[in-house]
Amino acid sequence: MNPDNYLYLSAILFTLGALGVLIRRNAIVVFMCIELMLNAANLAFVTFSRMHGALDGQVIAFFTMVVAAAEVVVGLAIIISVFRTRRSASVDDANLLKY
Amino acid sequence: MTPSYAPVAATGTFALTAWVILLPLAGAAILLIGGRRTNRWGHLLGCAAAIGSFVLGAVLFFALLAKPGAQRSYDQHVYTWIPVPGFTADVGFHLDQLSIVFVLLITGVGSLIHIYSVAYMEHDENRRKFFCYLNLFLAAMLVLVLADNYLLLYAGWEGVGLASYLLIGFWQHKPSAAVAAKKAFIVNRVGDVGLSIAVMLMYTTFGSFAFGPVLNGASSAKVGTMTAIGLLLLLGACGKSAQFPLQSWLLDAMEGPTPVSALIHAATMVTAGVYLIVRSNAIFDVSPNARLVVTIIGAITLMFGAIIGCAKDDIKKALAGSTMSQIGYMILAAGLGPIGYVFAIMHLITHGFFKAGLFLGAGSVMHGMNDDVNMRHYGALRKFMPWTYVTFGLGYLAIIGVPPFSGYWSKDKIIEAAFAQGGTSGWILGCAALLGALVTAFYMTRVVLMTFFGQKRWVPDAEGHEPHPHESPWIMVVPMVVLAVGSVAAGFLFSYHNAFVNWLSPVTGFSEGHSPINTAVLQVVTLVVVALGIGYAYLGYGLQQAPSTPPLGSFATRAARQDLYGDAFNELVFMRGGQYLTRVLVYFDMKGVDGVVNGVSAGLGGSSGRLRKLQSGFVRSYALSMFGGATLLIVALLLVRG
Repeated sequence: MNPDNYLYLSAILFTLGALGVLIRRNAIVVFMCIELMLNAANLAFVTFSRMHGALDGQVIAFFTMVVAAAEVVVGLAIIISVFRTRRSASVDDANLLKY
Repeated sequence: MTPSYAPVAATGTFALTAWVILLPLAGAAILLIGGRRTNRWGHLLGCAAAIGSFVLGAVLFFALLAKPGAQRSYDQHVYTWIPVPGFTADVGFHLDQLSIVFVLLITGVGSLIHIYSVAYMEHDENRRKFFCYLNLFLAAMLVLVLADNYLLLYAGWEGVGLASYLLIGFWQHKPSAAVAAKKAFIVNRVGDVGLSIAVMLMYTTFGSFAFGPVLNGASSAKVGTMTAIGLLLLLGACGKSAQFPLQSWLLDAMEGPTPVSALIHAATMVTAGVYLIVRSNAIFDVSPNARLVVTIIGAITLMFGAIIGCAKDDIKKALAGSTMSQIGYMILAAGLGPIGYVFAIMHLITHGFFKAGLFLGAGSVMHGMNDDVNMRHYGALRKFMPWTYVTFGLGYLAIIGVPPFSGYWSKDKIIEAAFAQGGTSGWILGCAALLGALVTAFYMTRVVLMTFFGQKRWVPDAEGHEPHPHESPWIMVVPMVVLAVGSVAAGFLFSYHNAFVNWLSPVTGFSEGHSPINTAVLQVVTLVVVALGIGYAYLGYGLQQAPSTPPLGSFATRAARQDLYGDAFNELVFMRGGQYLTRVLVYFDMKGVDGVVNGVSAGLGGSSGRLRKLQSGFVRSYALSMFGGATLLIVALLLVRG
């Protein structure tokens, strides 16, 4: 199978994720879209690794997963604590940190 | 003979030089620190310090006299004042023929005036303070004339300015005295700026303040620089010596007690400018242009002062105009170069005698007349104050230049020297000096006739006390007698076998010059001119009585009463002009500078207030800008690489 198709898929996934981050208000959905973008990047890494016959991309994919896992832990905790105080998971409601 | 400056270290007797200054300085310090506790004997200490200083001066003088002419130059290094790497300023004293002449004049006349003041200030509760200031003045003036470098000279120069300020404003409860003191201080400041810049220029040119490098190096330095230094020194001299155009303070300075007018504003401090020019003779020798300006200033001032002296009814102000005029003569002579330096100093010394004597006489008259200074309220005083009359009369004969009194010997020499300069300028300066002699004879005769002759025009003072003129106590008379003896004899003694010329020429140099007129003819002309002045004054004030209230007078008289509009000019140009200038500057500052600064800050504040709105708090808009930015970056990278 032509590896270029994996790259097209990765681009589509990344675009979907980015659009989700920009458009959706629900913090959980935004979070999932971020994960989508990370994984799209991972897919690209792995594909390039395959195309070039080198392992670097695969190693970096592992790192990305670890970072993503850690980020999820912190991010979810923040979202939950915001939800507890404001009774809302909308990112537009958490707008106190401004001019 | 060309002057040279090659002092040797002072040892033996000459090591006493510093003590000449330390005595009055110690006197001032004790009286200042001792305060009221010294009230009882303060005046005696002041006199003792002055007389002790005079005795030391005399000892030094005779020690110098015992040496041959070329070896009368001594330097005493006292300590290093400012020891900084690459810059040293020393406190050291230089004793030579010129400075010892000044030391004797300052301490001699100073001692006499200290003694006179004991009686004159007897009823003043601040007499101790008065003597403290007088001693301070003596010390500062001695520093000025004994300094071996220009920086220390400048310190003394400022010191006498301070003493002058304190003493003019001694009766500070009188607003006129307080204002006069401030005026003297401020006008002097203008001149002092000139001197300080001259001293800085010397340091950059010669790398030293000391007389040795400066005076010995002047002949090989650039003429332009020397002209600049010369003119700046002249500016300093104009301030201190009340020369045109900085003359306005001297007449107001007469607000001070009369002994102060005699010592500071007639005999010594105001002649410091002449000392400065003669001491810097090497600089002026190099620059004919600077010398020309000096002579012009001298000629203008000698006429200026004389004309003012003609119209004043206040006896002290008439004498002050005369002082200005006589110092004009000295400055004129000093500007003539080696022809005139010696005679400038000679006239300075004889003037010190007769003008101090005249002022003390005026003080004695005021003492008898309830401190009235208006000559129109005097008249017929010769019968009531015989001693004052005789000493004042001798001083009068000396100042107008009647032979054989001392003014004749010195002033006549200046007139001869002015003609001897040669050329058109010689004729102009000579004629100005002759004309000055005419006017001097007129106004001095006027003063004497109005004060001592004619009928009584006495008026009671403000509290209704009729004046009871009487001779002053002997302690005031004795100094007047001594000064009168000096007025009579000094000129002859100085001129006997050219004693003064021979004494000073190793320091100042001397050349005869070539007079276009025969000396004998010139002397006759001078005497005729003086006789004319006396005769004219006799017609106006001897044959007819001076009215008690001043007549309106001609335009010239009214102008002279207003000090030839010197104050009006200063007010119009400098005061009002300065006010307009400051107003314009304030306007420019408010609208221009502040406008720019405020505009920039308002612009920044406004734009940042608008930019701040971008910080909306909405995470998604941040994400959008990040996304947009990242996209832009990638596009840019692709473009660059593509």
